[in-house]
Amino acid sequence: MMVPLRAAPPPQVQPEVQDQATVTGKGLELAFDSVTKAFGDVGVLKGLDLVIPAGQFVAVVGRSGGGKTTLMRLIAGLDGPTSGTIRINGTARRGLQPDVRLLFQDARLLPWQRVLSNVGIARGPDWKERAQALLAEVGLADRAGDWPYVLSGGQKQRVALARALVTEPGILLLDEPFGALDALTRADMHRLLTRIWRQHGFTAILITHDVAEAVALADRVLVLRDGRVAEDITVDIPRSARVGGAPRLAELERRILNSV
Amino acid sequence: MTRTKALRRGLVPWLLPLALLAVWEVAAKAGWLSARVLPAPSDIAVAFWTTLKDGSLPHHVGISAERAVLGLVIGGGLGFALGLINGALPLAEDILDSSLQMLRNVPHLAIIPMVILWFGIGEEAKVFLVAVGVLFPMYLNTFHGIRSVDRGLVEMGRVYGLGPVALYLRVILPGALPAILVGLRYALGIMWLTLIVAETISASSGIGYMTMNAREFLQTDMVLLGIIVYALLGKLADIASRWLERRALEWNPSFHTGLEAA
Repeated sequence: MMVPLRAAPPPQVQPEVQDQATVTGKGLELAFDSVTKAFGDVGVLKGLDLVIPAGQFVAVVGRSGGGKTTLMRLIAGLDGPTSGTIRINGTARRGLQPDVRLLFQDARLLPWQRVLSNVGIARGPDWKERAQALLAEVGLADRAGDWPYVLSGGQKQRVALARALVTEPGILLLDEPFGALDALTRADMHRLLTRIWRQHGFTAILITHDVAEAVALADRVLVLRDGRVAEDITVDIPRSARVGGAPRLAELERRILNSV
Repeated sequence: MTRTKALRRGLVPWLLPLALLAVWEVAAKAGWLSARVLPAPSDIAVAFWTTLKDGSLPHHVGISAERAVLGLVIGGGLGFALGLINGALPLAEDILDSSLQMLRNVPHLAIIPMVILWFGIGEEAKVFLVAVGVLFPMYLNTFHGIRSVDRGLVEMGRVYGLGPVALYLRVILPGALPAILVGLRYALGIMWLTLIVAETISASSGIGYMTMNAREFLQTDMVLLGIIVYALLGKLADIASRWLERRALEWNPSFHTGLEAA
């Protein structure tokens, strides 16, 4: 059921030749081998064994304090695990990783840099062209010269998304990035994210409180409870059929809510 | 509409000072005010013109400005550097900060007798005093600015692959800049204050010397001229630092006036 959707992506906003080469199959596989994380005596993650295949869209839900943010910081490389290994495409890694990018809850744009410079924060060769191309992809091509403070919340988050993707990461972490947005903007962002995920093919890991958001966006929902994966649910509904009120969707949501 | 409004906003603040000036002139010329107490504004203008023509005013202003700038560069630069180092390295903070805080509590004008013993009344004494005066506001504000940079932005910079140098130049320093510029404005105020006191107590040139010299010969107009020159120089420094703030903090909505936004 997923196949026709992937085979017919929406028309590309930026049909550039150089983009085509980099876009194909950049998603990275992420694996956890009995990963634990403790702060002092308090164990936050208690043995995580998990494989997330390349290109999958995974949502992680759970109560506050269930270890969601800790998991995110481990994947991002901001913290190291207490024991166990995190492997990306089979290679054990620690520390900050250039092929992993994080979309924060607040956009965290540098207020003293214009939108284009924010997107191209990592610089590197041709950063201006690449930043401009990504801005076009998120629909903000004409805001490149603006200061961040003139943007709305949704626009800031779109700039942050462009910034995360400008280096073509293999894994994109999303830490409740749409939590502060209003319902309409949030729906727009969901559509945008789904489209961009399809085009770029990165592995997406979305941390969220919102079970409806999780089942609307993800291939797979992990319920994190007491530092363990309590439930690993595949969302076996094509994205086109994931509209409010679909019975199968409601059933999944109920199941997830019950296990949270 | 906006133009006339802007014009009015530009003119209105000047009305009261101009009116006071007119009253003062009339009072002085009519003899209600003794020239010894308060000479007429026109007399001060004449004094300004004569001293400008014989070159003594530019000479003294030049010397004072040189002392001020030199002191600001040395003391401000040192304070800035110390703030940067202590803000970035906790070890440096442990070693230096408490000593600096102790020194900060000594009013810098209290060390004038000491400074005269060390340097006599030469140039070094004035420059040293100014430098000591501006060091602490620059240090404190730079340090505080660096410490109060949004940690979320620093974390973002690290996740997005900025190295230590890029992180410092593109995230930490710009984040601290508003506080650093506040420090600079404080420093400019202290700079003039210190210079006035230092030149009045011990000097053989400069605006302070000029006014003290005029006092001995009861030239009240020259004394007032000196005060006005100080005020103008202070205002000039303030305008310069405001301009710098507006240029450097263009990204910050609180530095945009309604006029620019329109």
